[in-house]
Amino acid sequence: MSKAKFKNPVVKWIDHRLPIFSFMDHELNHYPTPKNLNYFWNFGSLAGIALVTMIITGIVLSMNYTAHVDYAFDSVERIMRDVNHGWLIRYIHMNGASFFFIVVYIHIFRGLYYGSYKAPRELLWILGVLILLLMMATAFMGYVLPWGQMSFWGATVITNLFSAIPLVGESIVTWLWGGFSVDNSTLNRFFSLHFVLPFVIVGVVILHLVALHRFGSNNPIGIDVKGSQDTLPFNPYYTIKDLFGLGVFLTIFAAAVFFFPNFMGHPDNYIEANPMVTPAHIVPEWYFLPFYAILRAIPDKLGGVLFMFGSIAVLFVLPWLDRSPVRSSQFRPIFKIFFWILLLDCILLGYLGAMPAEGIYVILSRIATAYYFFHFLVLFPLLPYIEKTKPLPISISEPVLSGGATASAFAAREKK
Amino acid sequence: MYKNLLDFILGYIPKTLTYIFLIFSSSLSYGAGEKLDYPKLDWSFLGLTGTFDRASQQRGLQVYKEVCSGCHGLRLLAYRNLKAIGYNDDEIKAFASENSVDSFNDDGEVVEREARPSDKFVSPYPNEQAARAANGGAYPPDLSLIIKARSDGANYLHALLTGYVDAPAEQKVPDGMYFNKYYPGKLIGMPQPLYEDGVEYADGTKATPDQMAKDVTAFLAWASEPEMEDRKRLGISVILFLLVLTILSYLAMKQIWAPIKNR
Repeated sequence: MSKAKFKNPVVKWIDHRLPIFSFMDHELNHYPTPKNLNYFWNFGSLAGIALVTMIITGIVLSMNYTAHVDYAFDSVERIMRDVNHGWLIRYIHMNGASFFFIVVYIHIFRGLYYGSYKAPRELLWILGVLILLLMMATAFMGYVLPWGQMSFWGATVITNLFSAIPLVGESIVTWLWGGFSVDNSTLNRFFSLHFVLPFVIVGVVILHLVALHRFGSNNPIGIDVKGSQDTLPFNPYYTIKDLFGLGVFLTIFAAAVFFFPNFMGHPDNYIEANPMVTPAHIVPEWYFLPFYAILRAIPDKLGGVLFMFGSIAVLFVLPWLDRSPVRSSQFRPIFKIFFWILLLDCILLGYLGAMPAEGIYVILSRIATAYYFFHFLVLFPLLPYIEKTKPLPISISEPVLSGGATASAFAAREKK
Repeated sequence: MYKNLLDFILGYIPKTLTYIFLIFSSSLSYGAGEKLDYPKLDWSFLGLTGTFDRASQQRGLQVYKEVCSGCHGLRLLAYRNLKAIGYNDDEIKAFASENSVDSFNDDGEVVEREARPSDKFVSPYPNEQAARAANGGAYPPDLSLIIKARSDGANYLHALLTGYVDAPAEQKVPDGMYFNKYYPGKLIGMPQPLYEDGVEYADGTKATPDQMAKDVTAFLAWASEPEMEDRKRLGISVILFLLVLTILSYLAMKQIWAPIKNR
């Protein structure tokens, strides 16, 4: 680590003993970042800001929330009605969950498109998938806390999935519930875990950042940084770009919070949980719908559970499933087409997850599920043998310096 | 002029968006359920600058009190909250004192006292069992959140309240059930609540069933979202602030990046 020069004597004194200022200068100020990043690279910092927003609003909410089956629903309504600006805090938290997932899903698909999971960033990617898993667990338990009808029945359906495990399934479910049905002890432990898991996420995010800063960001061309001519210091170039991205994000987020706060929620969750009345359709939050569709597509309960968890598990081994040495889709014409098919497939799965499991929806769910696994398990390993990739540019700075000429144009010029 | 322009820009775009969203979300949530095509009304509280109609809300409170409150509670609302729809402290005190709540005296005996503004609306039944027993097994739901707890709640409630028609010949209506063309399943345990001149409005408005349904819906929409007017007002300031911040950061970004882009 290069020692930075500080003028302030106090900063100097501290930094000599505890080099936090050198560290910040190195990792946030001078940190060399590829100069050709596009707006899709904004979503990492946005995810971090979303996480912090969720933690701050969550802590405030927890000060006014009562984790008890008799009081949970009313305590949330007290937040909405009697706590000063409680409605604002709660709507930020409630919609923040959705926006966190929107940002993270874009972040993940950006990684898929530009091959950001490939060597030497495999661990960076795996830590990211781990964050996704932790987020899903946290979001699921958070949705149970208001103790509405969807909270209760969602919790019942999802925890019951574990009963599919042979021999010990029923015992595991009883253990998860802390009783013989979703009840007060379930609500209490979910509250406890919902509070603590975000801090586990923070820990993994720190590891994610350490792994990121080891080799720096990938970039749209997907070739390694060759030298300082390919990079810019993070500050001010990417701090200002991230600020602009944050402004756009917050504007859209605020529009949802202030004008459509319940659009992404379900009306049934404003009915207090009632174990005696099952809602007509039990639907999870929208960000779980693709996984829910995979779960229901498999006619066997255990099979459905395995495929649902498998859909995340394949992401963990993705760096070794994709055998192509070329990272960016810009130079992989066939991969690029299939990327968009995969994206449409995931959106289709999301739609099907919201539909009842009957008729044409079941058939479509099975086709979409089959494609999802085909894409990762067959297409990824085989494509490099079939696909002829386009020639790669020599360095990042060349196409950028020549006034925005595309990489392929640059490559064509090289051939002459 | 400024207000009109703002209303136009901020009012119509979100209203259109709301409808798109509603269609989209209802198709998402209720793909299989039968489609009940109820009329879409132009409520004053829709849109980015939409507010509640005070007169309509007050008439709605009267409808709730004289018609609905016989069976339906409003337990999340306190009498003091009525200040927000234009009542003063004395009116609220008088309104609350018409109800009584259980309390304890210094000897620990249960006594009844007059309800105060700080009390929640007194529910008509002490518990669900009592409510069911008094209504032939059907449970009249609490109305505190009814508009938020139903998809497209305001239009649904208005349609339901005006949806009592004669049952078609092939439809059997069992004893204690009533035919309502807008209720999912068409058979509802609630008898038709609103009849011509069912209440006598103080402001002289003609109390047609449609008018009463609109008024009580406006009142209950507020009961579901008492923060709505504050929320939208704050939202406009926040978004205007964020737009300025975003534009400034965009210009700053362009300036900082100019030497790199032009090199």
